[in-house]
Parts: sequence; C-alpha cells; structure tokens
Amino acid sequence: MAVPELENDSTLEKILAEHAGMAGPLLPILHAVQESYGCIAPGKVARIANALNLSRAEVHGVISFYHYFRQHAPGRHVLQVCRAEACQAMQCEQTEQHAKRQLGVDYGGTSPDGVFTLEAAYCLGNCAAAPTVMVDEKLYGRVTPQRLEAILADWRNR
Amino acid sequence: MATRIYVSRDAAAQALGADETAAALQVAAAARGSNITLKRVGSRGMVWLEPLVEVEDESGQRIAYGPMPAERVPELVKAGLFTAAPHELRLGRVEDLPWFAKQQRLTFARVGIIDPVDLDDYLAHGGYAGLKRALGMSGAEVVQEVQDSGLRGRGGAAFPTGIKWRTVLEQPAGQKYVVCNADEGDSGTFSDRMLMEGDPLCLIEGMTIAGIAVGATQGYIYLRCEYPHAGHALRSAIEAARARGFLGSDVCGSGRAFDVEVRMGAGAYICGEETSLLESLEGKRAEVRFRPPLPAIKGLFGQPTIINNVISLASVPVILERGAGFYRDFGMGRSRGTLPIQLAGNLKRGGLVELAFGVTLRELLYDFGAGSASGRPIRAVQVGGPLGAYLPESQFDTPLDYEAFTAIGALVGHGGIVAFDDTVDMARMARYAMEFCAIESCGKCTPCRIGSTRGVEVIDRIMQGEARQANLAQLESLCDTMQHGSLCGLGGMTPFPVMSAVKHFPGDFSRDR
Repeated sequence: MAVPELENDSTLEKILAEHAGMAGPLLPILHAVQESYGCIAPGKVARIANALNLSRAEVHGVISFYHYFRQHAPGRHVLQVCRAEACQAMQCEQTEQHAKRQLGVDYGGTSPDGVFTLEAAYCLGNCAAAPTVMVDEKLYGRVTPQRLEAILADWRNR
Repeated sequence: MATRIYVSRDAAAQALGADETAAALQVAAAARGSNITLKRVGSRGMVWLEPLVEVEDESGQRIAYGPMPAERVPELVKAGLFTAAPHELRLGRVEDLPWFAKQQRLTFARVGIIDPVDLDDYLAHGGYAGLKRALGMSGAEVVQEVQDSGLRGRGGAAFPTGIKWRTVLEQPAGQKYVVCNADEGDSGTFSDRMLMEGDPLCLIEGMTIAGIAVGATQGYIYLRCEYPHAGHALRSAIEAARARGFLGSDVCGSGRAFDVEVRMGAGAYICGEETSLLESLEGKRAEVRFRPPLPAIKGLFGQPTIINNVISLASVPVILERGAGFYRDFGMGRSRGTLPIQLAGNLKRGGLVELAFGVTLRELLYDFGAGSASGRPIRAVQVGGPLGAYLPESQFDTPLDYEAFTAIGALVGHGGIVAFDDTVDMARMARYAMEFCAIESCGKCTPCRIGSTRGVEVIDRIMQGEARQANLAQLESLCDTMQHGSLCGLGGMTPFPVMSAVKHFPGDFSRDR
C-alpha cells in the first residue's frame, strides 16, 4: 500500500512541537490545527499520527467522532443555530427555516457566496433568552427571523 | 472621583447587547466630560433584565437600571444616570428586588458583584478563605467536612461528593487527578457557564481544595467548545492564581503542589458522561467505559481521579469556609444545601436563581419565572436536561428534591427547567428526544445507537397515524430495552422524556395531524 508522503508544513511542525510532552495531546493538537487552517485537512492526518505514534485510522477516528472538527474549510463565518429544547420552546424552527432560506443551504452547508457555513447547535447555554444563534464567537439571544436578518447583514461585510 | 458603573460581561448579557451598552456608556460619558470607571462583572442572573447597568451612588450603593439597550443610553445619561437619578428603568438595589432577595446565594454569592478575573476583588469578597482553612486540616478532615455537608453531585447523578473523594483519598499515593466536568451540554442549563464566567476563581479554589485533600497535583477543566467566553475567563483566572502562588508547585507556601489546565471539548454531548470525558481527555473517541473500575480507582490515564461537575466543586469553598453544618442546614430530606436553578425556555423572567432544595416547581415557574413569555398557559416542563421527564401541570407542586423527583419518575439533574406553553406538540418533543440521542450516541452499545434511530421511526409512524396502538406498544418495548440495556445514561435515560410525554400527554400521540 502506498503511504502518502508527509507534508513539509512548518505551521503544523510548530504545533506538534508546542504540544510535545503534553499528556493526552491529540484534542489540543486538533484544535490548534483547526484554528490555524480552518479545518483539519486529510493531508495533515498522517503527520499528526506519526508524531503521536498512532495509526492514521486512530486519528481519523477521533476527528470524525467530534462534531466540532471539520475536514473541509468553512465559509468566512460559522453561523450556529441552536435547536435544543429551550430554543424550541421559543419557536426556534422559524429562525432555523429563515436561516436555511436566507443562506440557501441546509445544516453543514456553506452559502454560495462563501460567507456563512450553517450549523446546528445543541445548546449554546443561553436558554433564558432563546432562541439563540452564534456567529463565530459572538452570541445572540431572542433571535427572531427579523433579528437574524440584521445579524447576517452585519456579518456579511466583516 | 470617578463614578463606578457595572455592566455584565456574561455571555447571556452580551447576547442581549451588553457590550454595545458598555460602549455607549463610554461614549456618552466622554461627550459629557463625566468621569466614569466601567467595570465588567458576571451576571446577577436576571437575564430578563439584561443588559443590566449598576451605578454606584454617593453612599456606595449599587443602583440598578435595566433592561438598558445601547440606544437608550443617551436618554438615561441625560436624565442623570451617573448620579443614580430616578428614571422608569431605575430598579433600585439588586439585593432589594424580590426576585433576588428571596434567594439563598452561597455558590453564586460573588457572581455579578466582583470582577471575575481580578484576584484582589476575589480575596476582598471572601475568596480563598476555604482553601486557607483546608490547608490547616488533614486530607481526611477535609473529605469528612465535604461528606458532612451532604453535598451531592450537581451534574445530575447526585452521588455524595464526599464519598467519591474518600475513595480517591484511600488509593495508594501516586499520581492522582482532579477533573472538572464542564461539558454542560444539557439544554436549559447554564449555571456552570455563569459560574465560570462570573467567578472562575471559585471553581479553581474548589479544585485546589480537592487536590490538596486527596493528594492530587494536577487538575483539568474539560470545557465544552460552545463556551469560548468561559474559556477566556478561566485561563485569565488560572494565570492570576499562578502569579500569586495560589496554584503551582507550592500552593500558598504549604509546600504542596497543584495546578490546573483548561482542555476544550469538541462538540460531543456524550462527554458530559464522566468516563467518556476521561477518554476524550486522553485524546480518544469519547466512548463510554465499562464500570467497574470506577474513575475514583482507575480514572484519567488509569490513575485515581476525582471527577466532579463545576457546581459541585464550586460549592466546596463555601463549605470549607463556613463549615459543613452551615451548608447542611439548607435544603430538605437527603438533598442538602442549595441548587443554582436555571429558568429557561418559555418564561417571562428567565435566569438563574440559587435556592435551598425544597422549592416547588410552581413557585419557580410563577413566582420567579412570572409565567410564560408568550402569555399562554404553561403546559409542560422539562426538568434536568434532554434526558429529564416532561411534567404536566398536575406535578408542578413537586418540591425540588432528588428523592421527590425520582418518586415521580423524573430527575432534578443539573437544575435546568425548560417551560413550554400550550402550543407545544409533545409527540414532536418525544421524537426530538430520540433524534438527539441518535445524533449524540457514542455508538458503543446497541440499545442506544440503534434504538434511538428506531425510536424516531416508530414515533414518525405514530404521528402519521399508522397502526397507532401497535406502534405505541413497540415504542414502550423499545424504551424498556434502551433503559435497561444501555451502557450509560444517554441511551438509558432518553426513555424518560419519551415515555413521560406519552404518559402525560396521550392526546398528542393519538390525534391526526
């Protein structure tokens, strides 16, 4: 079987070096890789596995287990819409439907202009001011479809 | 002298515009040449009044105004906000508001009052008094104090914290760990988040006491990645504690070592289950472990490990500071102390109230929550997150107490209460419970992995009116298998919301739609 050649990637090497000697380093490494590159591309897996003395399957298994880790780059911003119970109690389906219509994608998709990746969230911890959405790290409460439109307009130019 | 103004930096306050309000206050002050000092604090828990602004008046009292969106700031400032002048948004002292005055704030005593990452502010408000006392006691004495307080795991399982600690204490010396479960994934819960954002040093102090007591030198806070603000607050607080010797190789000059590190989760609800959390910390797929061995005996990296929820650990400083008896005197039955309760979903006055066990759901929903936000009757309430039962109005007089809830087939869990008005379709909520389980199942055991997907299908058939009676019987049988055959609480407790919906709201499963 052909083994893919290890990429010569100084950023990745720096991340691996920073985590050398850490106990249980795989998740922190994956977070750092995703933060640097926007995603954990399949091409990075072999080098990470090699550095940690794991198989590629083990690393891939971890990446694919967790909803947060992505293997493809997202849009410029990530819009998370909470669809857990507290938000449902405040009619979050309307916000959800509106988000899907406005962006022209379903959950997991990126709007054709490449600005927003739409994701479902299962509780963002803002349950007393539902429905809730989050754009990147910015949280918004009581998000009606109208308020969502204003939020999207604001972020579209950032 | 500069007028002190307090605005919350809690994520929920920010979600309602607190940052914009804070910025508008600075602009308005500069425009008028007013000398103000803006302090960003945690939230008082009154999410319905956010953005809440507090102004220190001449006598040093903090006078609250709210809700104050940025666009109302110029008007308020013109009316004399900086001198705490009268206005329709002026609420008076927070401590005098009935919603706040009726609470018993022990764990959340400092939240909303202090600057969360200012160690001096923490010390000035009683911070580290618990650790100071613990350092003068033996490990066994500290564990006994926690056990005598009656504290039970606030994450939901309600296991006596002291017994967990004792098991770790009794393991032979060697590497031991303290792990904080901050993977607060339950819908309707946010007390962990508010504590970590509003008083992170309290959690760090609780972990330090745990470490000193059982001989653990390393602590980890496993934080869900949906909580970036809490992560920032925790890291700043850890740095502040380290810089002043409250963490590190020589904690407060005691010669004992303890340090804490924040580790981020990656969007897996199952990590709230303690053994899968440990797997995740070790860098693996978060699949649930078989028990035994217990984490207290073989936990993180195979070593004895205390693993507790945020609120359990954050309740420890006050127990050590004031004594086990002080804490135990709150509460009812075997549920001792206080519980930070989260009022969420369709409620007019949502937020966090900390109360002694024993308060009824009805008091919480109507006296504190002021009824539904929509103005319609409250039809169903889910307590304890997505694995908690749905309760009908006839059960609203149940007191919040672990045993009383177990007796009606429900759970207190992490103290989250989600209210639904009469527009809710309980068959849809039951379907969602199964769907959520299917999305979040770790896949290790069949009843959970397969049962949840079959559950969605069976409920779909019931909703479509296809052989209703036969499918309801099928659903009951499936829930029985999941409840008794699953490896952990995810598959094992998903039947609670499902079957409680069927039992208490049968009409929603028999009507044509």
